[in-house]
Amino acid sequence: MVVHRALRMPVGSTAVFATLALAVCRADDAEGVPQPQAAIARAARAVVKVYGSGGVRGLEGYQSGILVSPEGRILTAMSTVLDSADVECVLDDGTRHRATLLGADPRRELALLAIDATGLPALALEPADAVPVGTRVIALSNLFAVAVGDERVSAQRGVVSAIVPLQARRGAAEAPYAGDVYVLDCTTNNPGSAGGALVDSRGRLVGMLGKELRSTTSGIWLSYALPAAELVRGVAAIESGTSDAETVEDARPFDPGRVGAILVPDLLDRTPPFVEAVVRGSSAERAGLRPDDLVIAVAGRSVGTRGALQRELGRLPAAEPMRLSVIREGAIVEIDLGPKPRVEERPHREDER
Amino acid sequence: MTNAWMLRAAVVLTSVCLLVTALDGGALYGVDAVDRDVLAAEARRVASIRRASATAVAIFAGEAGGGSGVLVRPDGYALTNFHVVQPAGPAMRCGLDDGRLYDAVLVGLDPTGDVALIKLLGRDDFPTAEFGDSDLVQPGDFCFAAGNPFLLATDLRPSISAGIVSGVHRYQFPAGTILEYTDCLQVDAAINPGNSGGGLFDADGRLIGVNGRASFEKRGRVNVGVGYAISARQLLQFFGSLRGGRLVDHATLGATVASSADGRVVVSDILESSDAWRRGLRYDDEVVSLAGRPVRTVNAFKNVLGTLPAGWQVPLVYRRGTERAEVLVRLAPLHAPAELAAIVAGDRRPDRGPGRPAPDDVPGRPETMRPPPEDMPAVVRAVHDPRPGFTNHHFNVVERDRVAAAIAAARRPPAGPWRFGGTLAESGDFRIEVDDTVVSIDLPTGRSTLDPRGELDAAADPPGSGGLLAALSLWRRLSTGGPADLGSTTYWGTAPLYGSPLARADETATASPPLLDVLESAVAGVVARFFVDDGGSVVGIDLWLDADADPCEVRLAPPADDGLPRAIVVRRGTTPFATFLVTPDGEGR
Repeated sequence: MVVHRALRMPVGSTAVFATLALAVCRADDAEGVPQPQAAIARAARAVVKVYGSGGVRGLEGYQSGILVSPEGRILTAMSTVLDSADVECVLDDGTRHRATLLGADPRRELALLAIDATGLPALALEPADAVPVGTRVIALSNLFAVAVGDERVSAQRGVVSAIVPLQARRGAAEAPYAGDVYVLDCTTNNPGSAGGALVDSRGRLVGMLGKELRSTTSGIWLSYALPAAELVRGVAAIESGTSDAETVEDARPFDPGRVGAILVPDLLDRTPPFVEAVVRGSSAERAGLRPDDLVIAVAGRSVGTRGALQRELGRLPAAEPMRLSVIREGAIVEIDLGPKPRVEERPHREDER
Repeated sequence: MTNAWMLRAAVVLTSVCLLVTALDGGALYGVDAVDRDVLAAEARRVASIRRASATAVAIFAGEAGGGSGVLVRPDGYALTNFHVVQPAGPAMRCGLDDGRLYDAVLVGLDPTGDVALIKLLGRDDFPTAEFGDSDLVQPGDFCFAAGNPFLLATDLRPSISAGIVSGVHRYQFPAGTILEYTDCLQVDAAINPGNSGGGLFDADGRLIGVNGRASFEKRGRVNVGVGYAISARQLLQFFGSLRGGRLVDHATLGATVASSADGRVVVSDILESSDAWRRGLRYDDEVVSLAGRPVRTVNAFKNVLGTLPAGWQVPLVYRRGTERAEVLVRLAPLHAPAELAAIVAGDRRPDRGPGRPAPDDVPGRPETMRPPPEDMPAVVRAVHDPRPGFTNHHFNVVERDRVAAAIAAARRPPAGPWRFGGTLAESGDFRIEVDDTVVSIDLPTGRSTLDPRGELDAAADPPGSGGLLAALSLWRRLSTGGPADLGSTTYWGTAPLYGSPLARADETATASPPLLDVLESAVAGVVARFFVDDGGSVVGIDLWLDADADPCEVRLAPPADDGLPRAIVVRRGTTPFATFLVTPDGEGR
């Protein structure tokens, strides 16, 4: 049980990251610390240019991908570019390869492609710990399709400014992924950047550049990357075939009463999500939830009503931790209700109306 | 009342205490916790930026906007973009980091490459940027831009934006037929409207490019981490022509290339009137290299070609089947002269070209050339002389006279008739006489003579040379009488002499020979170009009897004590005519 004063770090402001960024910039200039040229030269070989459907205004027909195995596995962003039977990947050496779609993780919006080649310069995809805020990073991508053929993808330098849950939308639709992302201080939400590699100053893969999204709260375009750990989970979900069960379309409101958290009766249009009672011996009780707690967020996404709380829980895939933020006696308390139970049959269909 | 006052005082006092604590902590951290190497790196960066800032020019064009420039010569020559000076017009006011305003005049224009040369007036000790080698720049290198983004430099001091090089050898499509960015540097340092024309510098403060373009998209005309700079290499290759006040054109090979199915770059179309065709290039031939730079993709071909001025003669290596050929090709102009003038004047607006709308854009896209103001300052008026074919003819005269003075000061044969002889490398002896009224040559194949006082356009003797006697006559007239004796002579710019068998040993060792001053004379119905080395010696002559045919090419070794070269090579097209080994005076007669 962790007590915070603030829910989450605000995105895109505060002098804190400016100071951190400066400190990191200076450190990298010292003798003996690797300069970015070598890391770029090495890592960029594993970033591929992906061409598919698109080409109409606002919907480009190209993006980026990351070679994650020497045998031609390419991890990229799930997007309309891949809505084509004829997806082509151009490697750093200029060779062109027809790609087949092995599978997709709709929640993280990842897709795994395969090309018929071996001995390729891949980036290791490891469930590394998250890099801390202030880490100097390099974004490698096929932005604006500036590089063609054997021309090297573009490199931008930046700093991980914050690690926060993604609250973003594309048009009117909310992004399905709501977990943590690295917020970057360089502009990476350009056409073609999605699917590019975020590497550290030694060229190690730390994330994948996200799709072009706007913040749901401020409307600004976000520059962010999906952390490597999420990429590992996404690939595992795709390879095990479990990702299909996590689609947003299947998500239904989830009643926390199933794990012992009884909410106040839904009597008003906007009933606040107060906890009415906690079932003795339930996982809610073990997690430390108490009656009269007011739930204000699920996995970092704010919820203002009982309905919103149930919808946010419903969006979480099975087995993901159900992290609640509650207000108790004026302080914010973090509660982990444990892994979300699998959705069984649909026994209460009428309840969803 | 008193309570409220005390409360306020307490708040102020507390704030001051907090502030002091914060400053204290920062200072302690700065001294104790930072590594010495880091401080040294920081000091180096501060010094680089200070040096570069002194060379940054803020260009103001009133309501038409403005931009940036960068000083490259102590007498005030500064590089900027065509699209910055076009709305500014031929006279402009420029601010420097010293807080002073200077009058400036437009000198030369390269509309295709989006480059302009201006000259700040009033000093001969301006701080200048030192050129770096843009070919050595690699992705990840630190870089910074110094300029006038959003015209913020109301105090005339440049804004600095730092970043890394994101990509090298980038190709950016032209807007219509101009503003093509070839072989450019891509940077994530913020390049915004107003940065155009300003310098891009490396970690040591050396000039590696001129910023001029950025990719914009959904957020409007603000930087999104993707800017482009014209490379220092390209700027240096065009600098001579620009300094000569010319309206400079880019080049075409007279052939287009495409990628073949197996990834080779092959000729997809070729004009039979082109020099490349005459040198043997044909459809489907594979282009291997151009101007000494490898061509592995269509973009690489466009990148090399786009950095070369029209009229240069450069090596081309091509392959047909298993046969490999290396020839020298002359590059033709990309535009007709009138076409280029119309683009500058704005009569012809550059269209974006079909199918290429956003995202690429040029900051401050120009429309028409602003006419000179009626109240042009006298100092500017004195150095402003627009003429057809030139941006500012005044500077052509300046450069022509500079080269003429160098020739007059150089070692050359004494006045009077030139008589010399020797042996041919092929076999046999020769004897040459050049005088005001007669030019003659004795060869094993016979004697040829020419009266140089009349028209020369039919003077093709000796047979097969393409006009060697005429070339010898003009060489003597330039050497003894200067340009005044040679009809209409202009400063053409600078060009390399590739493949000269007489280049100095240190020149042949490098892939790119040095750039030589070139004078062009239109006289007696012929056109001749003279290549003059940095010592004022004529080391090459190209003479055209007919603009559409191959010229007579004469390459001369640097002169010996008697003012004469010890070796002269003559060829026409790919065909050698003869190599003359000159015997010192008094021998070999």
